[in-house]
Amino acid sequence: MYCKLVLLLLVTLIHGSAYAESIYSISSGAKIFKKCENCHQIGEGAENRVGPQLNNIYGRTAGGVPGVKYSKSMVQAGEEGLVWNNETLSSFIENPKRLIAKTQMSFRGLRNEDDRKNLLLYLSEFSKDGTKIKEFENFVKNKNQNVDPTILSIVGDPEYGEYLASECMTCHQSSGLDDGIPGINAWQTKDFVIAMHAYKNKQRPHPVMQMMAGRLTNEEIAALAAYFKDLN
Amino acid sequence: MKINRRIFMGNSVIAASTLAAPTVFADGHAKPRVVVIGGGAGGATAARYISKDSKGKIDVTLVEPSRMYYTCFFSNLYLGGVKSIDDLGHSYGKIAAGGVNVVHDWAVGVDRDSKTVSLASGSSVPYDKLILSPGIDFIDDAVEGWNLSSQNAMPHAYKGGSQTELLKAQIASMPQGGTYAMVAPPNPYRCPPGPYERVSMVAHYLKYNNPTAKIIVADPKPKFSKQGLFQEGWAKHYDGMIEWISSDFGGGNVSVDPHGMRVSIDGETVKVDVCNVIPAMKAGRIAELAGVTEGNFAPVNASDMSTKANADIYVLGDASQQGDMPKSGFSANSQAKVCANAVRGSLTGSKVFPAKFSNTCWSLVHANDGIKVGATYKATAEKIAKVDGFISATNESAELRKATYEESEGWYAGITADMFG
Repeated sequence: MYCKLVLLLLVTLIHGSAYAESIYSISSGAKIFKKCENCHQIGEGAENRVGPQLNNIYGRTAGGVPGVKYSKSMVQAGEEGLVWNNETLSSFIENPKRLIAKTQMSFRGLRNEDDRKNLLLYLSEFSKDGTKIKEFENFVKNKNQNVDPTILSIVGDPEYGEYLASECMTCHQSSGLDDGIPGINAWQTKDFVIAMHAYKNKQRPHPVMQMMAGRLTNEEIAALAAYFKDLN
Repeated sequence: MKINRRIFMGNSVIAASTLAAPTVFADGHAKPRVVVIGGGAGGATAARYISKDSKGKIDVTLVEPSRMYYTCFFSNLYLGGVKSIDDLGHSYGKIAAGGVNVVHDWAVGVDRDSKTVSLASGSSVPYDKLILSPGIDFIDDAVEGWNLSSQNAMPHAYKGGSQTELLKAQIASMPQGGTYAMVAPPNPYRCPPGPYERVSMVAHYLKYNNPTAKIIVADPKPKFSKQGLFQEGWAKHYDGMIEWISSDFGGGNVSVDPHGMRVSIDGETVKVDVCNVIPAMKAGRIAELAGVTEGNFAPVNASDMSTKANADIYVLGDASQQGDMPKSGFSANSQAKVCANAVRGSLTGSKVFPAKFSNTCWSLVHANDGIKVGATYKATAEKIAKVDGFISATNESAELRKATYEESEGWYAGITADMFG
């Protein structure tokens, strides 16, 4: 059940990228993970081998799995506060020796950004830390932060937002539950406005959302953001 | 105990202050009364939103004969073996708990002068505003040889529930290599892609349970919703199983014999094992009884869904004649919110915002092969007019089609939560 929920969430979050709709997937990530399998296990019953098992890698402190022979520099990085999240994992996987100079991970790195995102999506499937989802979302959303500051500064009318939001609730549940379409409650105003403008400008690829956002004015988007911000 | 008393006193202060300045309606009652007839995507949504958003300032009564509502949308997925019938059933318990007076009865008449609705049980319910969302009924003799008394032999299965189960049972008892025939409806009808999703889902069931069976569709139309996408899917998943006979090839020249289980298409008679007759449609009977229909449906004003015939009677969903929106659960739900906002505004003075409408129809061609079409709409003086739209493309990746199907499951959960609380 949990896996399904995560899968559905991520499938939808993938739409948050500025790339083609079908580009990121757990199954593509699984294929890329084959490069890692000689040293790392993941999933049910995964054990440490040459490298640590990768269940719940998100939120884990670098060099933090007992019983694994890490390089000194990896342990030190952890002691200095390196925690695995989308940014740090992406950087490490892109070029391991650039982030941890003397890492024992003898992997030349994944230079292709899409490959890394697919792989991270696959890894996140095995992490129960809920924040990873938010992280992934921010990770892909950062590309789209080009909304005019005057638009961001509009103060929305939450009463109008409530009316407009009724249209969203045909699909996005007011309880915030995700049964295949993500909950959008309690989003930060700025994130909400940026996301909606990214749909409106067709930077985010989802056709229903492009259509819905496409006919909303800047004030209406601000009104929706003002309403959803306080909805729990 | 102390806390309870304090809360109790708090509430009575509020109640007293409300009573201090009552709005008095025509016959002297203090609270405005809205009656909603029909507890589907339009009616349940309207009742719930008016009750919820008015915060107790409006008495809302929902009249709906069924105690469990079985959605017509997604019923094809039950036929296809993708969903169970229990997945489609919803009770009115949460709507009632939310403050709506839910009456399980048939509305059998509307007196526009005394502003009352009469019920089959003999009682009557007064209203200040009446919202009709009765869905569809079938036009007698629209298909030669078929009338409502034939619906057991040749089900329409175009209202959710027992008819859907009947059709499923008939499909399951088809002999190996048997024939399923569909008589498709003429425009305008409920759920434009519905008959073709049904063909897909029946084929899906047969593919795995009765692979030599055949499907014949007699269609009075030359083309249909999402045609390219459906036909692409039929060729891909069910090659050779489905024969679609359009009006160009006599598909509209049809008669049926429910006793002999025969269908005659353009003069050629075939013996079939299942015959799914989806006749031409009209507004649910109560709209006609209320005197708000013109022809088969009820013309409405796009800004608030009030009828052209009577400013205090509104019609939502399939029964309305509103312009460009397709007759769908999504459309009815969208119209209900515009209507709820307007009705609440006119009864309590709350702010009325401009009408915005939208619709998306997802269809399943095969397990995990979902497609969709959608549009947004606005109110003009003449009608609900289309603003913008999109449709799935042919040749999409299997991954995207799966994501589309999963999205439709999310939508189903979303809209049913929106309707029933």
